[in-house]
Amino acid sequence: MKPGILATLATHFLVLSMLAFGGANAVIPEIHRDAVAVSHWMTDQQFADLFAISQASPGPNILIVTLVGYQVAGVAGALVTTAAMCGPPCLFVYFAGRVWNRFRHARWRILVQAGLVPVSIGLIAAAAMVLARAADHNWVAVLVTVATAALAYTTRIHPLWMFAGAGLLGLAGLV
Amino acid sequence: MAEHVPDSPPDAPTLSQLFLAFLAISLSGFGGTLPWAYRMVVEKRRWMSAAEFSEVFSLCQFLPGANVVNFSVVFGSRMRGIRGALVCFFGLVGPPFGIVLLLGALYARFADVEALGRVLAGMAAAACGLIAATAAKLAEPLVRSRAFWGWGIVLAAFLAIGLIGWPLPWVLLGLAPLSIALAWWERR
Repeated sequence: MKPGILATLATHFLVLSMLAFGGANAVIPEIHRDAVAVSHWMTDQQFADLFAISQASPGPNILIVTLVGYQVAGVAGALVTTAAMCGPPCLFVYFAGRVWNRFRHARWRILVQAGLVPVSIGLIAAAAMVLARAADHNWVAVLVTVATAALAYTTRIHPLWMFAGAGLLGLAGLV
Repeated sequence: MAEHVPDSPPDAPTLSQLFLAFLAISLSGFGGTLPWAYRMVVEKRRWMSAAEFSEVFSLCQFLPGANVVNFSVVFGSRMRGIRGALVCFFGLVGPPFGIVLLLGALYARFADVEALGRVLAGMAAAACGLIAATAAKLAEPLVRSRAFWGWGIVLAAFLAIGLIGWPLPWVLLGLAPLSIALAWWERR
């Protein structure tokens, strides 16, 4: 393994972690752009597969970066991307937690948050679009995406049931 | 283990209780761990009131990073200082990290098995739908608020990132100040 790759992964994900307003889902398109189009670490299909695995596993959804790191540089890569993605936000929040009550009700704080919310929503919608373009190769796949979105939005069915159903449709060769 | 930390409440949970609680939160959370964090910390263990939870959570949403990971750090530090923060963080992230690594290794080993590829293709299609539903749920208050500038920002971010594919840093640098300015203009 090239030693430079770990440093590259670290830099990429350190920067990304500080842009993750709205959580991990908001930076999915950037991870995808970087991993597939810019750095050529994996194909569209591999990225979509890894994302599906991360969503169907328990735990915080930030673990997509663990899988990307593993795919690129094995266990060391997984450790580096996960630590880089969690490190800066955890440090910020640890120190901000001590002074939060001082500026929680400040006008600037409320305005900044009000401004960031629509940006994050647009980014998460963009993540759905980017992933759909990577994953949906035929109209049945598009239907599965739309049906899952509708079910998840309107019902409280556990996501694992949706993954099981979609996985079976895939196994049957329909997706 | 349960050594007293000056700024933590006297009846605060021990480090091992914290670790087990965040382990349980982590392993029950599929596609969103937040509801499980609330159930554990507020409803089941009563370590925090609902008001305290939403106060801490607003901080976690305000700063970048995964909300629930941020929450584990702030909550842990409120209970047991820096060691509490570390214990909650590793309880939440450690075990799923191991699970995902195992699945990643299996994927790397069996990626060329055709049946596995078909199953994953189906699951990937479903995963996109889950994210779309998350975006729709987050957008509900915005849709109700009739703040049209906000819809414009959502659309601009979606187009720039989702359809055109511009790099995120530039899009954020352009859109975030604009959006904050519009929020200010609306409430001036």
